[in-house]
Amino acid sequence: MTGTIPLQYFLIISTLMFFTGIYGFLTRRNLITMLMSIELILNSVNINFVAFNRFLYPDNLHGHFFSLIVIAVAAAEAAVAIAIIINIYRNFRSIDVDKVDEMKF
Amino acid sequence: MNSELLFFMLSGMIVIFSILTVTSRRILRAAVYLLFVLVSTAGLYFMLNYNFLAAVQLTVYAGGIIVLIIFSILLTSHISERAEMAGRFQGLMSTLATVAGAALTLITILKYSFPEKTATAMPSDVKNIGRALVSYNENGYALPFEVVSVLLLAAMIGAIIVARKENMAAKGNKK
Repeated sequence: MTGTIPLQYFLIISTLMFFTGIYGFLTRRNLITMLMSIELILNSVNINFVAFNRFLYPDNLHGHFFSLIVIAVAAAEAAVAIAIIINIYRNFRSIDVDKVDEMKF
Repeated sequence: MNSELLFFMLSGMIVIFSILTVTSRRILRAAVYLLFVLVSTAGLYFMLNYNFLAAVQLTVYAGGIIVLIIFSILLTSHISERAEMAGRFQGLMSTLATVAGAALTLITILKYSFPEKTATAMPSDVKNIGRALVSYNENGYALPFEVVSVLLLAAMIGAIIVARKENMAAKGNKK
């Protein structure tokens, strides 16, 4: 179905998404929105894996399984990160990275 | 529908909504924009003919992670709360750094000539994927499958232990 769409277009999309995620990670001050930026970055990496798999090595499925495993790792990471964020909120009443500057339990 | 038109629609949605995700002041709206980005990415996977991966993307990302993020937003902040951004200088520097990085990467991608390969595509239906996930020969992925299952178990136990209330420990101290 990809017909005449070249590989470069997919890479351009994932590059824009990756650097948007990095911009968000650098400018956001809220832990949950920083986590959302990380999700953007992981998702752009998945697009790269899948596009390379389809266009350069269509005779096997390595990139496909890489993406599946990255999705699983992203889910685990989000769950643990949100548990930590909720714990931080209980202790500091805030999830702002500027206010949480004390690595003390 | 024309596949190029579909591709440009999906990619436009991805770019616009990812920029909105990182710039929107309202956290809940940012989460919904992220949902749109992930759904459009699933559309790209459908276009590449990886149907199972697109289904996993829809269920795990759009169904699971977004719901988790929205729940934690509702637990930790008010709905009408505006998110604070970094200062002007830091924002300017971040913009410069990301624009420079994106420009460098885009120039490299556009200059590099990728080899054209026309091998016969391996079918990616559920039967093949299931066989590959549990077989341990040349094209099998049993080891990463098991490692990911152990990782998920560890993450589940860790999340429960980190997020639970400290009642047990307090009782222990009183005794």
